[in-house]
Amino acid sequence: MKLKLHVWRQKGPYTPGEMVQYLAEGINEHMSFLEMLDVVNEDLISKGEEPIAFDSDCREGICGMCSMVINGRPHGPDQGTTVCQLHMRRFRDGDTIYIEPWRARAFPIIRDLVVDRSSFDKIMQAGGYVTANCGSAPDANAIPVAKERADAAFAAAACIGCGACVAACPNGAAMLFTAAKLSHLHHLPQGQPERLRRTQHMVNAMDAAGFGNCTNLYECEAACPKEIDRDVIAMMNRDYAKASFSHRD
Amino acid sequence: MDLEPRIPRGPIEDKWDNCKFDMKLVNPANKLKFDIIVVGSGLAGGSAAATLAELGYNVACFCYQDSPRRAHSIAAQGGINSAKNYQNDGDSVYRLFYDTVKGGDFRSREANVYRLAQMSLNIIDQCAAMGVPFAREYGGTLSNRSFGGAQVSRTFYAKGQTGQQLLLGVYSAMSRQIAAGKLKMFTRTEMLDVVVVDGRAAGIVTRNMVTGKIESFSAHAVVLATGGYGNVFYLSTNAMGCNVTAAYRAYKKGAGFANPCYTQIHPTCIPVSGDYQSKLTLMSESLRNDGRVWVPTSADDVALPASQIADDKRDYYLERKYPSFGNLVPRDIASRSAKEVCDEGRGVGPGGRGVYLDFRDSIKRLGEDAIRQRYGNLFHMYEKITNENPYRVPMRIYPAVHYTMGGLWVDYHLQSTIPGLFVLGEANFSDHGANRLGASALMQGLADGYFVIPYTMGHYLAAARPDKVSSDHPEFKKSEQAVKTRIDKLLGINGERTVDDFHRELGKIMWDNCGMARNEAGLKSAVDKIAALRVEYWENVRVLGGSDTFNQSLEKAGRVADFLEFAELMCLDAIERRESAGGHFREEYQTSEGEALRDDQNFTHAAVWEYQGDGKTPTRHVEKLVFENVKLATRSYK
Repeated sequence: MKLKLHVWRQKGPYTPGEMVQYLAEGINEHMSFLEMLDVVNEDLISKGEEPIAFDSDCREGICGMCSMVINGRPHGPDQGTTVCQLHMRRFRDGDTIYIEPWRARAFPIIRDLVVDRSSFDKIMQAGGYVTANCGSAPDANAIPVAKERADAAFAAAACIGCGACVAACPNGAAMLFTAAKLSHLHHLPQGQPERLRRTQHMVNAMDAAGFGNCTNLYECEAACPKEIDRDVIAMMNRDYAKASFSHRD
Repeated sequence: MDLEPRIPRGPIEDKWDNCKFDMKLVNPANKLKFDIIVVGSGLAGGSAAATLAELGYNVACFCYQDSPRRAHSIAAQGGINSAKNYQNDGDSVYRLFYDTVKGGDFRSREANVYRLAQMSLNIIDQCAAMGVPFAREYGGTLSNRSFGGAQVSRTFYAKGQTGQQLLLGVYSAMSRQIAAGKLKMFTRTEMLDVVVVDGRAAGIVTRNMVTGKIESFSAHAVVLATGGYGNVFYLSTNAMGCNVTAAYRAYKKGAGFANPCYTQIHPTCIPVSGDYQSKLTLMSESLRNDGRVWVPTSADDVALPASQIADDKRDYYLERKYPSFGNLVPRDIASRSAKEVCDEGRGVGPGGRGVYLDFRDSIKRLGEDAIRQRYGNLFHMYEKITNENPYRVPMRIYPAVHYTMGGLWVDYHLQSTIPGLFVLGEANFSDHGANRLGASALMQGLADGYFVIPYTMGHYLAAARPDKVSSDHPEFKKSEQAVKTRIDKLLGINGERTVDDFHRELGKIMWDNCGMARNEAGLKSAVDKIAALRVEYWENVRVLGGSDTFNQSLEKAGRVADFLEFAELMCLDAIERRESAGGHFREEYQTSEGEALRDDQNFTHAAVWEYQGDGKTPTRHVEKLVFENVKLATRSYK
């Protein structure tokens, strides 16, 4: 396969970037999208040009490190798939592909396709935990959890924190990310004692980090590689409203 | 080299209690005066950082990823073992201990393994309390599945994403401590040296991967939890960034490196599809609960579609050879058996390097929905990569490098041969002997971090009363200078070949000669080839860009430079261990049936390597392994 790539190149956070055109040759359909970029990079290095910087680590769709917008869609055209699991068989010989970084106010660009997602960590630090010091736990079977609730908690906990939801949202909102963590903990008995306080703190941290607000477009749900359900946002909004009336720190 | 293991007094079930009682404590007010560095934020490092911070110590934690939530523990799929015996099927702490020692082919330290089995109980409680969404039964109790090397169901899980859920639990505990100001997190920061002052670990030198800044951090003690070295093979199931640098730098500063030749080749991975491949993907061992492994009985049938091969023309070779464990034999045995049938020309798929993992019978028995419920995400992942639907056609799998049992030598306190330098998780060598059982890596990481280091660290600080050395100390400056010089050297070569190109070649040398089967001639030739490749590397590698920017080629170049030295150490160790044990299979030492043949007389020990200087052969020391509880026996899964 031969492809025409347009890739966002930007040397650093404060230097202007631009789309640069490359030709990707000798690509085969079994390669993952990132392996295709590896091939392009090897070629660039041999020509004496600096390779395209992009994040990736586990390359099996679970670490949440990889992050790029392909032809306008975070993680590319496949539903429920991170870009590291996207394969070139999805493209055709001669295709033109546009590759850009996550774009959001709360995710400043570090270089090329690499962005800074530490704002997500800040949201987590505001309350994305159960206060349970090591050593203080009762027997695990002492707190039964109905299978349905455990499954719902798991479905939300599957979030890999990649940021595709933010990149997809025209408002740059982190509602799906934040709500997924809340939904995980709030489907479990362990999450109840801190429920309102947690909701309030995490939502406030989200706003403080520069994320936008939700206008119910659900682009986030469509882009989420783990297919987190948008219903988690409704749960968060209900809890936030409740907390605003009843909970004060 | 002092290899006193500090095994506590008393019978094995009392050792940890005795140890805890004998250890000194640090009172709460004094804890505030101690600074601790933790390198790595996976299950071991993250749980250590969070727990030490909870206790009141000032902790700084470093990771190369952009967030601690991305450490490679996240990719563990199948589960975590615990001797809870919730299934009432005969499990106990002693049985988990026994299974682990036997699974490790009697090459681990009894006392450590027993403690690990004891801690396994607390881990599940702790994780459940933190909100880890383990799989549940309808009644609300925890669910279990089976894993290789055991005849009980003791594996707790969260679909095929157990590592992710446990790591997110750890990450949440860390987040709480970060918010509380007790834990300072340094992301996108790579440790490039350990600094030792007056024989004690005094701190580390790091590179900020965004700005390129080289910095020193000093502390009263340093904890390394930097994972394994499987990427020395280039292709492995490890994440792209996993590396040996931290452990290797510690080795060069005097920490003994134990059993580097012990690597685990995991039997169920998606086969290699081409030269461009950047990594291999594991399919969880849990699949062997319901999947049956087979190849055609006759080499003539390998090209036929699986559906056209009748049952009597299929060889379910694990069930045939190991009737009592069947498809759930330990990983080393399953891997070698797969290699064997492929070597006989009975492998399937491109290049004949694959065997079937077939769910046809389970789908018939349980229905497609039940299988989807158990393994949905794994099937999805398989289909993504191979473009084949495993609900319809059997998966094709082949062994791949997955885990490294070797690592920095530690005593019972998890302290290396450098006082004040502790090593946790996969980075140490302690618990898995020559082969790790499935679902035991998560258990070890969390046991080390949540339940062992909080005690043994206190004892070190109280008993040794180390002073904190200033990061302006000449030793720090010397290390910083060495790090900078090396970086400048890498950037200055401007040769013809890329870093990946060298790494790929190194990987091939290692896979061919120090992989699933090894022999003396091959290993010796590998040593020569590695040395030659290393020389070429320092003359002909091309690393572009600068040192003071975000530069991924430079990061890789430093890691591969260390792999090029470390690979030789692995081969040396593999040459000297003239027996077969677990994952270390020496072709010269096998039974008439082709099983691993140990030499207990001469090799019931951990081999610990001491660095002697560049270009010099390291010294091999031994820690004799004493078995007081488990009787050494030929491992049989028949």
